[in-house]
Amino acid sequence: MPGLTTLALIGPLMIGVAGAILLALLPIRRPAMAASVAALIGLALYLPMLPVISAGGSLFAAFWGSTSLGIVGGLRLDGLSLIFALLISGIGALIFIYAHGYLSDDPRQKRLVVFLLVFMTAMLGAVTADDVILLFVFWELTSLASFFLVGYKHESLKARKAALQALLVTGSGGLALLAGLILVSIAAGTTSLSGILSAREAVLAHAAATPAMLLIILGCFTKSAQVPFHFWLPNAMAAPTPVSAYLHSATMVKLGIYLLARLNPLYQNEVLWQGILTFFGVATAVTGAVLAFRETDLKRVLAYTTVTALGTLTMLIGIAPALSITAAMTFLVVHAFYKAALFMVAGIIDHETGTRDAASLGGLRRSMPLTTLAACLAAFSMAGLPPFVGFVAKELIYEAKLELGQTAAFLILGSFLVNAATVAIAGVLSWRLFFGEARGFTQAPHDPPKAMLAGPILLAIFGLVAGGLPTAFGNALIDPAVTVVLGRPAEVTLKLWHGFNLVLALSAATMALGVLFYLAWGRIVPRLRGLEAMDRYGPSAGYERLLAQVMAGAETVTTTIQHGSLRGYIRTLFLVITTACIGTLIIRGGFAWPRLDVLVDPRLGIALLIVVGAIAVMVARTSIQAVLAMGLVGFATALIFLSFGAPDVAFTQFAVETLLVVILATALMRLPLRRRDLRTGREKSVDLAVALGGGLAVALMLAAVLASPFDPRLSLWFGAESVPSAHGRNVVNVILVDFRALDTLGEITVLAVAAFAVVALLRRTPETPEKASQSPNLAKAEGSR
Amino acid sequence: MNPPLILRTSAPLLLWLPIFVSLYVLVRGHNDPGGGFIGGLLAAGGILFFSIARGPDAARRVLRLSPVSWCAIGVLVALASGLPALLAPGQAYLTHLWWFPNVGVTLPLSTALVFDVGVYFTVIGTVSALFLALVELDKSGESA
Repeated sequence: MPGLTTLALIGPLMIGVAGAILLALLPIRRPAMAASVAALIGLALYLPMLPVISAGGSLFAAFWGSTSLGIVGGLRLDGLSLIFALLISGIGALIFIYAHGYLSDDPRQKRLVVFLLVFMTAMLGAVTADDVILLFVFWELTSLASFFLVGYKHESLKARKAALQALLVTGSGGLALLAGLILVSIAAGTTSLSGILSAREAVLAHAAATPAMLLIILGCFTKSAQVPFHFWLPNAMAAPTPVSAYLHSATMVKLGIYLLARLNPLYQNEVLWQGILTFFGVATAVTGAVLAFRETDLKRVLAYTTVTALGTLTMLIGIAPALSITAAMTFLVVHAFYKAALFMVAGIIDHETGTRDAASLGGLRRSMPLTTLAACLAAFSMAGLPPFVGFVAKELIYEAKLELGQTAAFLILGSFLVNAATVAIAGVLSWRLFFGEARGFTQAPHDPPKAMLAGPILLAIFGLVAGGLPTAFGNALIDPAVTVVLGRPAEVTLKLWHGFNLVLALSAATMALGVLFYLAWGRIVPRLRGLEAMDRYGPSAGYERLLAQVMAGAETVTTTIQHGSLRGYIRTLFLVITTACIGTLIIRGGFAWPRLDVLVDPRLGIALLIVVGAIAVMVARTSIQAVLAMGLVGFATALIFLSFGAPDVAFTQFAVETLLVVILATALMRLPLRRRDLRTGREKSVDLAVALGGGLAVALMLAAVLASPFDPRLSLWFGAESVPSAHGRNVVNVILVDFRALDTLGEITVLAVAAFAVVALLRRTPETPEKASQSPNLAKAEGSR
Repeated sequence: MNPPLILRTSAPLLLWLPIFVSLYVLVRGHNDPGGGFIGGLLAAGGILFFSIARGPDAARRVLRLSPVSWCAIGVLVALASGLPALLAPGQAYLTHLWWFPNVGVTLPLSTALVFDVGVYFTVIGTVSALFLALVELDKSGESA
């Protein structure tokens, strides 16, 4: 069934693209619901592939290759891709329904939905791409979509800064990733991802294997908010809640994890890979857990627990044995379920009470019973309580570490503390918010419309069902993914009940410590907040300092180069030409004098006209006279072209010269006709020296050019090929439109850009005439006239 | 400052003569001196003269679209002229294709001509954008 495979792989992407375009163009009344349908169709196309994938198969469809660029292209669906594709399209559908309720009275809802749909499509493309270049393009597309989504409330400075920060951090990581991927594909001799994985020995033996691996890790770490790049994630909470729930919990931040898992078969036995992933994973998990205790804003608390979860996933991929990969894949799904649900709950609370401050809210249970249900179910899964699937995942994580033996003592201690902190946060998000005395809101809140409740309740129930049927869940989804990540079949069965053993004891101890943390929450938060050093020396402050330095540097360069004095610009131009010509001649020893007989040509009499024109420019009394004299120089040059058999160039020169005179005359009509020369005698002599230097340099260069023999190969080739291969007798035009068409395309693009710039610069907006005349550059220009 | 009567009256001639010549120059460019770039300059010259004779608003009405739109259209046309080559197997982008339909005489049609039309539009757009922006700066300077 090749047709069905192609449809399942390419269909969701096509529907996403077509949907985004249609939504943007057509006046659709419920854009979010329409987008949800698009996501559901995607889900419906992926789901029938589940049996094939569960049986250990993988599907391939050709897509977007380019042989001339050496890009293989293609999409592949295997166990790992399928987990992500199902999460992205499934949670995506719920998020769109949620957004329909959340943004029901927002006139810009459609824009958000279009960008979310673009984002979803890019994510689906990134996780199914079987080509590293394709993967990279989709990867960057998610960063771009995220920029617009985080900056959705663009009137707010905070949102703009957060959007820029997320883009700069993930974008620079993306550059590192691109370099790494290119190095790896050079080593493997193909850009195909499956090709690279099967060329493992060649990739690892390549001279640049280690730098390539480090660059890829760097790219994944920035995307998945690992220490020290974790700071952009909490700041990205400036985005509307549907965006946070989708991008910053379930999908985009997992893309780094996806690539680490995807490349694990390549690197899993490398000590450096294991070491870096384990170390930074643990560091990220602990950092996230500590920082979560400094926040009371629900969304920021959730963001830091997401950092914790991402750290845990990285660590699990880093510790080599088979069990940890099963734990990672299980936890990945579990986390996506409960975190997306909790984000949506946070949005509901914000929507209904007008605040997201966990410290002041409480007792929402009576007024919002259904929200309470969803929040508690999700929080139980987060805390790892049985029979929720979170429990299964947590047990596995402990088991994976115990498997490592005694060397893993610090890992176990780290995850013990992190898990206890997660339990405490889960308590804050459920018990503290919904039970106890009612406080923190004025008018009575109530459960939101069905659209907003559907997502969190369904996701929370999924968590419960998956926990109740762990074996089925494991066989269908987790095992095929683990097989892909390990490069060999998994041997672990997911179980809810492991019997009384060390793992269960650890779980119980975690619970107990978590409850202690929860009880002390109100005291820990202000204390941790008081530690200002954490703000002052954190990587976030480092980012701010770096950005400020870049800005200051740019300003220095701009004010030095763009000083606004026209004479200064021309002086610089001539000095550069002089230095370049003379310097080249000296370095290359190129001073030469042509045979004088080339200068004995009657046509050179026209050159006398140029000399006359140049002298006339200098002695001209008014600027109009000077422009006309310049025109003489130009026309004489055109005559020379004509007499040497270059009618095209002459033709162009005539046209350009005519237009130039007209345009310059028009511009000069704004200035007084006669103006005194305000230069001092010294300035005049400096200008004279610069002018003479420029003239001399160009003359010497031309003499050297004339003295060296002419290589006619190109002109002969163009002349010979013009008619047979391009059907044109005018070689100049054939070169312009055919042989070197790409150059011409570049040139006309430059022309167009220049036109845009001129129009933008010369446009006087009516509302700010004072501002325009007060800008420093213009003022200086006036002064220098 | 009103333009002289003779200039105002002959404005249509100053506009359409260069434009017709420019079209001729554009089409013959592949075999004789000419082409999109020179043609564009000539046509832009016509628009400049018309603008001097009848004012920038009249010139804008002749252009119908804003000058920068013509720039954009030109670049897009040139970009698009390279696309048909991608449909032919093994051809690189911007490899020009030719047809010689026989309608009494053999017409040499090609994507190269389409490319040249793109250049033509871009040049018209750029020159008129520069000129009209300068002229209108003058006008708004007086009114402000």
